[in-house]
Amino acid sequence: MTSFDPRRVRADTPLFTRVINDRPIAYLDSAASSVPPRAVIEAMSRHYERRHANVHRGVYQTANESTHDYESAREAIARFINAPGGANEIVFTKNATESFNLLAKSWGAANLHAGDVVLISEMEHHANIVPWFQLRDAIGIEVRFIPVGDDFRLDLSDIDELMKGVKLVSVTAMSNVLGTVNPLKELAVIAHRYGALIAVDAAQSVGHSTTDVTDLDVDFFIFSAHKMLGPTGLGIFWTRASILADMPPFLGGGGMIADVTTAGYVPAKGPTRFEAGTPPIAEAAGLGAAVLYLEGLGMDNVHEHERALTENALARLEVEFDGRIQVIGPNSTLQRGGVISLDVKGVHAHDVAQVLDQFGVCVRPGHHCAKPLMKRFNLSATARASFGPYSLLSDTDVLLEALGDAVKLFG
Amino acid sequence: MSNLEDLYREVILDHYRSPRNRGELETPPAVRVEGFNPLCGDEIVVYLLVNDGTLTDIKLTGHGCSISQSSSSLMSAAVKGKTLDQVRDTIVKFKQLMTVHESSLETTSDPEVLDVRALGELAALQGVVKFPVRIKCAVLAWNTLSQALDEVSA
Repeated sequence: MTSFDPRRVRADTPLFTRVINDRPIAYLDSAASSVPPRAVIEAMSRHYERRHANVHRGVYQTANESTHDYESAREAIARFINAPGGANEIVFTKNATESFNLLAKSWGAANLHAGDVVLISEMEHHANIVPWFQLRDAIGIEVRFIPVGDDFRLDLSDIDELMKGVKLVSVTAMSNVLGTVNPLKELAVIAHRYGALIAVDAAQSVGHSTTDVTDLDVDFFIFSAHKMLGPTGLGIFWTRASILADMPPFLGGGGMIADVTTAGYVPAKGPTRFEAGTPPIAEAAGLGAAVLYLEGLGMDNVHEHERALTENALARLEVEFDGRIQVIGPNSTLQRGGVISLDVKGVHAHDVAQVLDQFGVCVRPGHHCAKPLMKRFNLSATARASFGPYSLLSDTDVLLEALGDAVKLFG
Repeated sequence: MSNLEDLYREVILDHYRSPRNRGELETPPAVRVEGFNPLCGDEIVVYLLVNDGTLTDIKLTGHGCSISQSSSSLMSAAVKGKTLDQVRDTIVKFKQLMTVHESSLETTSDPEVLDVRALGELAALQGVVKFPVRIKCAVLAWNTLSQALDEVSA
C-alpha cells in the first residue's frame, strides 16, 4: 500500500523548479498537457543514450532492447486500462486525434453506410467531431448530437429518439471544458441495446482516475500519452481483438505488412497493422514509465486528491468572487473531474490568462477545441484551470490571488 | 508588474470599456467585412462608408479581448474622416509598430525609424510587442480594415 503525497510528486517533476515572473510556476493546465516526472524523461533519454535502435528489425542486442521497451509499453497500457485481450488490442498512434481518425477512416469507412448515424455530443472535442463530418462528406453518414443541459451534463431524456439509426455512439469520458464525467456504463448499455458500438474519448479521464474498459463494457477507447504524465507524440487506440482483426489498414508503409510483392501487399495481423513506419519508440518508453509511475501513486489516490482540490476551489471561487466569476461546469464534484472553466464577467479569457501569467499561473484561455459547446453556452472563450497529481492547495491560493488582480485591473 | 502595465495602459482600458464607433452602417452604400481570429475566437465586423476618396464613416461590431477591442476602437478614431491614402498610411505605420523590436522604439532621430509619437493615441498599443502572442489580437481590426479598403477600391 502506497501513501500518496502530492509534494512528493512535485519533487519528482523537474518542471516545478521553474520560476516565472519571480514566482514558482503554478501549473494549472494539465488538461492541455500533464507534466512528466523525472522517471519518464529518464526513460526517454535512456532510449537515445543506451539503445537508440529501431524496433522489430535488428537482431542485435540494443535492437532487442528497443523492441522490448516498445512492446512493454503496450503491455503496461493494456494492464492499466484492463484490456480484456491484453497488449494485442493496443495500437499506438501519433495522438488521440489520430486515434479518432483511425476509428473513423478505418472502422467507420468499412462498417458505416450512407444514412447510418454516429451519435456524438455537444461537449465533444473537435477530435471527436471533425473526423465524423469528414466521413459524412465522404460516404453520407449522419452526425447527430446528444444535447448538453443547463446543468452541464448530457441530456439523455430523449435518448431513445436519438438512438434511431445509430451504429456508433462516440462520447467523451470527461469534458475538457466542463469537467463533467459522463455515465459511460449506462451509455454502453444503451448503445448495445440498439445494436450499436460505443467509442470513448478518454483523453481527460485516463490520467486522473481508475480505468477498466472490461468493466465499462465499451468497444473503443482513445487517449493520449501526454495527458497521463507521458510524452507528446504518442496516442493510444484500444478496441476488442475481434473488432481490430476486421479493421482495414489506415496508413500504409513499412512495419504494417505481412508481405509485399510486385503484385500487392498483405497487411500484418494485430496492432502493428496500424503502425506504419518507424513508431515513436522513445515516447513509448516514456509512456511505459508513466504507467509505472501512476500505478505507484494509485489512481484512486490521484482521483481523490484532485477531487478534494476541485471541491476546495469551487467553494472558494463562489465565496470570494460572489458571482463575478462563473464556473462553466457542474458545481459539485459528483461525477466531475478537476477541470474548472471560468467566465470572468467583463474580462475576456485572454486578458485573464495574461494577468495570471504575471503570477506564474498557467491556465488555458480560449474555446478549448470545443466550439459547439462554447456556442451552446453563448461563450467565445473561457479561462480553464485544471489539476494534476502534483497540484497543491497553494496553486489554488495563487490562482485566486491573481484572479482578484484581474478583476481589479479591469474594474 | 511593469510589463503588464505596459500592455494594459489606461488608454487601452478606456477604449475597451467605452469603445468608440460601435454599431452598424447600412449596406450599401457602406461595405461590410468580417475578420476572425480562429485560434481565440475573436470576431470583428467593419463597416466603411467612403465618399470621394474620404473615409467619411466607420462602425464596428464584434467581440474579443481588451487588446483586439481597444485596437479596433482606437483604429476607428484614428481613420475616421481621413483620405484613403492617409488611412493606408496609418495602417502601414501601425503594422510597423507591431513588428518593430521594442528596443528600437526608444530612438526616433533616424527618419527611417518609426516615429511613435506621430501615431498619437495608437502608440498606447506599442506595449503589445512585448507579448508576441497578443500581436494577432491587436492587428485583427487593421487586417479587416485593409480587406474592406480593397473591396472599396475593387
